[in-house]
Amino acid sequence: MDHISVQANDFALQQEYDALTAQSGENGAVVCFTGLVRELGVTDQTIAMEIEHYPGMTEKSLKAIAAQARQRWPLSQVRIIHRVGRLETGDQIVFVGVSSQHRDAAFDACRFLMDYLKTEAPFWKKEITAEGELWVEANEKDAIAKEKWEKN
Amino acid sequence: MNILFFAALRETLGESLEVDVTPPLTVSELRQALAEALPEHASLFAPARTLSAVNQTICQGDTLINAGDEVAFFPPVTGG
Repeated sequence: MDHISVQANDFALQQEYDALTAQSGENGAVVCFTGLVRELGVTDQTIAMEIEHYPGMTEKSLKAIAAQARQRWPLSQVRIIHRVGRLETGDQIVFVGVSSQHRDAAFDACRFLMDYLKTEAPFWKKEITAEGELWVEANEKDAIAKEKWEKN
Repeated sequence: MNILFFAALRETLGESLEVDVTPPLTVSELRQALAEALPEHASLFAPARTLSAVNQTICQGDTLINAGDEVAFFPPVTGG
């Protein structure tokens, strides 16, 4: 089952882990990734981030990414959470968790989901500093990380 | 036709804009029409700078837009 959520509220790792391991008789692996708001150093000190999304399309895009991962690996549960609105430095911003029979599938799928989320899902970050606000530019490293999956 | 904008484009152009075009037309043709309708912001509609989505799916220039389709323009995405 896929759980996709775009939300302002924070999430609790234990709760997500419990959901991933519920009814998991045949699963031998759970891999979770949590992304945090960090100082980008694009301008001066980051005070906060404002995250905007495209309601409807963002959820649709995350569902499509989860479906692509399922085509590549045998996955039991997939959980993707992305927060929107204003977040402070150090706040949790994104969670991707998968459960599977074996660790290789779980590790790879988790990384795949993050690489695709970063390059395909319509979210935009704005950095808020003491000096002002600045939209974050797309990062070429993220595009390269995604391209690697397209070759394999 | 009503066009949606997000992120930096929304701040510059507003949340949406009504453009006088007659579907069906391609995304490239719509980009051209928007650049002509908003000459001071024409560079925003270059495909290298701005992505387009039709019915909530990212599209290339040759995608055909029909009457009633949901069309949006936005910068490259930066989530995660």
